[in-house]
Amino acid sequence: MNGEGNSGPVFADPITADILLSVNGDERPITVDTRETLLDTLREHLDLIGAKKGCDHGQCGACTVLVDGRRVKSCLTLTVTVDDREITTVEGLAVDGALHPMQAAFVERDAFQCGYCTPGQLCSAVAMVREVADGWPSAVTADVSGPAALDDDEIRERMSGNLCRCGAYVNIVAAIKQVGS
Amino acid sequence: MRPFAYERATDVRSAVAACVAGTADGAGAVYLGGGTNLVDLMRLGVVSPGVLVDITRLPFDEIEETAGGGLLIGAGVRNSDLAAHPLVRRRYPMLAQSVVAGASGQIRNMATVGGNLLQRTRCSYFQDVSKPCNKRVPGSGCPARKGDHRNLAVIGQSEACVATHPSDMAVPLAALGAVVHIAGPGGSRQVPMPGFHRLPGDAPERDTVLEPGDLVTAVEVPPLPFATRSRYRKVRDRASFAFAVVSVAAALDLEDGMVRDCRIALGGVAHIPWRAERAESALRGSPATEAAFAQAAAEELAGTTPLPHNAFKVPLARNVVVRTLLDLVEAP
Repeated sequence: MNGEGNSGPVFADPITADILLSVNGDERPITVDTRETLLDTLREHLDLIGAKKGCDHGQCGACTVLVDGRRVKSCLTLTVTVDDREITTVEGLAVDGALHPMQAAFVERDAFQCGYCTPGQLCSAVAMVREVADGWPSAVTADVSGPAALDDDEIRERMSGNLCRCGAYVNIVAAIKQVGS
Repeated sequence: MRPFAYERATDVRSAVAACVAGTADGAGAVYLGGGTNLVDLMRLGVVSPGVLVDITRLPFDEIEETAGGGLLIGAGVRNSDLAAHPLVRRRYPMLAQSVVAGASGQIRNMATVGGNLLQRTRCSYFQDVSKPCNKRVPGSGCPARKGDHRNLAVIGQSEACVATHPSDMAVPLAALGAVVHIAGPGGSRQVPMPGFHRLPGDAPERDTVLEPGDLVTAVEVPPLPFATRSRYRKVRDRASFAFAVVSVAAALDLEDGMVRDCRIALGGVAHIPWRAERAESALRGSPATEAAFAQAAAEELAGTTPLPHNAFKVPLARNVVVRTLLDLVEAP
């Protein structure tokens, strides 16, 4: 009776790959289904549950992690594609038990309420401050050929890939501004 | 999601060969760039390849100056790097502005130039496998005409499809006459924009002129000195991280209050980035005034055939063209 009457598509067996993942400085050998996203690998197989699954479609930013220092959506990243990249999750931001300055600023400025989006906000903010320092323009940069300041408008625009349904945005902007200036 | 084999391409020839080969059971192969659109479509069941050919390790991540003063942009260049490049920002401000107007910081770090050109429409029926859609399942019908089409096309659409192309970056590229470099099973070729994307006609399943196995390797932007006076303006439903309702890329070459030359393209209005050639020819040699800009925009938009819920896009596009050109006149 197995499978009979099932109107869904009939799939072949999963295809797997053996890879070495570098996460927060640790090398982790792992066998992954090619369909697996980095978000699922982190949460389901590596016990790193900091990155959160919000929309799972690249729209909410709760899954944001750093790959080779750049912020990306781990829900749209297939794990098999990042086997030799350096992955940093929110668990890897603190050094020797000391909070990353961005984490400390979020605490000081009360930049969260329920906390679900916070790991993504933190990873995004850490990388975003570096993008500004590197001179990357944004949609609100008046002169796209020149540098940008880290003012409130710039922070809001550059963090638009991270939603906070509690609406802690005002304090998130303040925390990021404190670290970036 | 259907299980798929993963192959990491190390050179163009093997990438194309892997894509042409597909799978033994006939399931197709597709190239994987940044994955920001493709992975989502695979999860939604809109696309179900048997093989994923990862092209992100190919040496297509450079931006080089061409002999004539243009730029050759590798197809694997990330959107962030394109927008941050000093020559892009200085020579083609509208191109840099269009890229940062799209998506979010995280997505721009992932998305590639080639993938940006090849992203699929965000028409809600295309993305919903429980609904008919001629683009997804040819011949199944188009519910958008009588349904949700507020964000869809007002010009160049067909009975079969009223989808819009979602790219911001493609709009200034169409205005600039960028040339898409392609490697395929039969060799290499170059296709200028406009001409790379297709109007839907009776084959809306084909977004572009690419044939099976074709791989976009680079986009060449020709030199255009007056593009230093250019701008991309995007109207959207919220301030950030939303697709264009209407957008305009425009460049102006002014002399003594007259338009010597210009480039104009529209986004959010058609199945392709819409080069406004009628408006351009109307403006060449005319005074750089609001009245002339309005007249040129009206001529371009005379051929629109909007649907009941997107007719607002026609006056919106006209006003955005006029305002953008006026901004360029007033720019230092």
